[in-house]
Amino acid sequence: MSILVDKATRVIVQGLTGREGSFHSQQMIDYGTRIVAGVTPGKGGSKHVGVPVFNTVVDAVRETGANAVMAFVPPSFAADAILEAVDASLPLIICIAEGIPVLDMVRVAASLRGSKTRLIGPNCPGIISPGQCKLGIMPGFIHKQGHVGVVSRSGTLTYEAVGQLSSLGIGQSTCIGIGGDPIIGTNFVEVIRMFNDDPETHAIVMIGEIGGNAEEAAAEFIKKQVKKPVVGFIAGQTAPPGRRMGHAGAIISGGQGTAAEKYEALRAAGIHTVESPAEIGRAVAAVIGRRGIKSARKPAMRKKTSSRQKKSPDEKKLAPVSKD
Amino acid sequence: MEHCLYRLARLAAYKYTEVPYRFVNSSISRRDFARRRSRMKIHEYQAKAILAGFGVPVPRGKVARNKDEARAAAEDLGLPVVVKAQIHAGGRGKGGGVKVAKSLDEAASFAERILGANLVTPQTGPEGRMVRCLLVEEALDIRRELYLSLLVDRAARAPIFMASMAGGMEIEEVAKDRPESILREPIYPETGFQPYHARKLAFGLGLSTEIVGAAVPFLQSLYRAFLETDASLLEINPCVITGDGQLVALDAKMNFDDNALYRHPELKELRDLEEETPLEVEASKFKLNYIKLDGNIACMVNGAGLAMATMDIIKLSGGRPANFLDVGGDASEQRVKNAFCILLSDPHVRAVFINVFGGILRCDMLASGIVSAAKELKIKTPVIVRMEGTNVKQGQEILRNSGLNFTVANGMKDGAEKAVSLAGEAR
Repeated sequence: MSILVDKATRVIVQGLTGREGSFHSQQMIDYGTRIVAGVTPGKGGSKHVGVPVFNTVVDAVRETGANAVMAFVPPSFAADAILEAVDASLPLIICIAEGIPVLDMVRVAASLRGSKTRLIGPNCPGIISPGQCKLGIMPGFIHKQGHVGVVSRSGTLTYEAVGQLSSLGIGQSTCIGIGGDPIIGTNFVEVIRMFNDDPETHAIVMIGEIGGNAEEAAAEFIKKQVKKPVVGFIAGQTAPPGRRMGHAGAIISGGQGTAAEKYEALRAAGIHTVESPAEIGRAVAAVIGRRGIKSARKPAMRKKTSSRQKKSPDEKKLAPVSKD
Repeated sequence: MEHCLYRLARLAAYKYTEVPYRFVNSSISRRDFARRRSRMKIHEYQAKAILAGFGVPVPRGKVARNKDEARAAAEDLGLPVVVKAQIHAGGRGKGGGVKVAKSLDEAASFAERILGANLVTPQTGPEGRMVRCLLVEEALDIRRELYLSLLVDRAARAPIFMASMAGGMEIEEVAKDRPESILREPIYPETGFQPYHARKLAFGLGLSTEIVGAAVPFLQSLYRAFLETDASLLEINPCVITGDGQLVALDAKMNFDDNALYRHPELKELRDLEEETPLEVEASKFKLNYIKLDGNIACMVNGAGLAMATMDIIKLSGGRPANFLDVGGDASEQRVKNAFCILLSDPHVRAVFINVFGGILRCDMLASGIVSAAKELKIKTPVIVRMEGTNVKQGQEILRNSGLNFTVANGMKDGAEKAVSLAGEAR
């Protein structure tokens, strides 16, 4: 029904006792996320928002058997927090922090090479498998359980796309913000590969931005390997063309990373592109309608329908925006 | 105090003169949008001072702020000298900002002509950049010119050394014509910079064995300077080989990672506010990410991606955005108010489009901020509000009960269309 996180995900929150950590942990718990431990150095042995706190990540993993970590740590300490989680061999780390020095991330990237750990972010809203697990700062109630995978470089623009989908009655399998920093843990290609392999994801929404060439790489991958319909939007089409793209940066990353180039690559890969950010939801509806793929609105056509319908008590808080 | 008044005067001038749109940061990546100065720039003379501190050979030089200082510097250094305008933009040679002076009078007269003048280069845009300071340097006996740079590569996820034999040329041009001639050497933290990295690059550039010997410590020093200052770009173009076989950084450009400035207080002081757009400097004080554009519909949005998408939809609806503004996810009432002040100090603005998808930022808080700003600033400009997400009902209630005339939009398309039509009427 999802990728990376689901009902079985057991989460450690780094920085649980901080202001942001407390607030979002409570929100995640309310959504149904299983937060099993917190880590705040020096506060080990205490409890916070009903969760036991440990001094180190290793202690928390040993005591609780957690398999994911959510870092709510200020940017200047974030690299250290991620490295600690990698050291504890956790399979999944989500890092929200915006403003981590890029050379810190170079060290993090080095520690991730050859490890079993996957990092999502930083500078991202996190990941949510609607109705199952929310590891992030996104408003949970705009999401709806279903079969569309959403992957995006941005935060609020992802909410916008998800809001449109939900209000059209189209649910999501998993929504992932991969982050907007130059060095991120997981890129478009890796997420799209997982969506492609997930039998419960029937269509993919990819939201890119100008700069870099991650979207072009994703388009290449989609062209070769993805049979599921993909809807793509690139933000920043109307940003006036710069005279130079980050100087030497453009040279190594290939193209100029303009919206026009990205759209061209997306179209060449057979991706259904939309130019207006207000049309993302409708484009998905058209695509899945055309292919006869069942959206969450027509659950009767899915095999696993019965198990999902049992979750109907959850449906209230998963209802689309208009209900609030 | 004097400085303050001067700044205010500049702000005022900015308000009432026709300022064509321009990205001050000439690049348009997310990081520029998301955080205005994600890469703090410094002047050439400052970069050279930093590099010299790391043992990188640079020409002897002196900073001059008037013609007498330029003359004295030339006298001190010995003729001939090179006089170079110091602005935060490249292509200065093409714009006439670099001159070889063979006499003291020549140095002084060039200084007199260029100081206070607007230098237009391929990178400044048509309006140019005012020259406030010069670097006077000894002229070197140049045998060969090379291109060298260090930056962090997204794909390699590590710093990467780039080198080319085409020193003095724009690297973009080289990349277009002869991409294979650019050498790329990623430096992973597992090994750090090793002498073999330098040898690969130096032999790759076709340098003779004796010069390779000099290049190893030279490149090593550059790498240390890059790493230890948290630079985002270090570019030596050209790096020259002198007649006596020395490598010297003839030009130097350094940008720094803003996110790392907290651990480099000495670098923070090198920021030159005169080189930045006044409204953007004001905005940065309030932690607002603002970039001025040339349209008449101001936008206030939370999140960089949604802000860019909002600009897109304004344009698709037939309008022109006046700016990019990201109020951030954790905007307070005060920040919303400050954002309004910044937006409305652009005289071209005919409508304000607020597009917020509340996550952490609650719509009710945003609405209170909008209402109190509108009352306090007595806003006459039409304000179109599109809110969605957390506490949207309460937010709309606050706007409705404010007694003020807000236009509430249903979705971003509706909002953009209403903004375009109201901006048209207001004209």
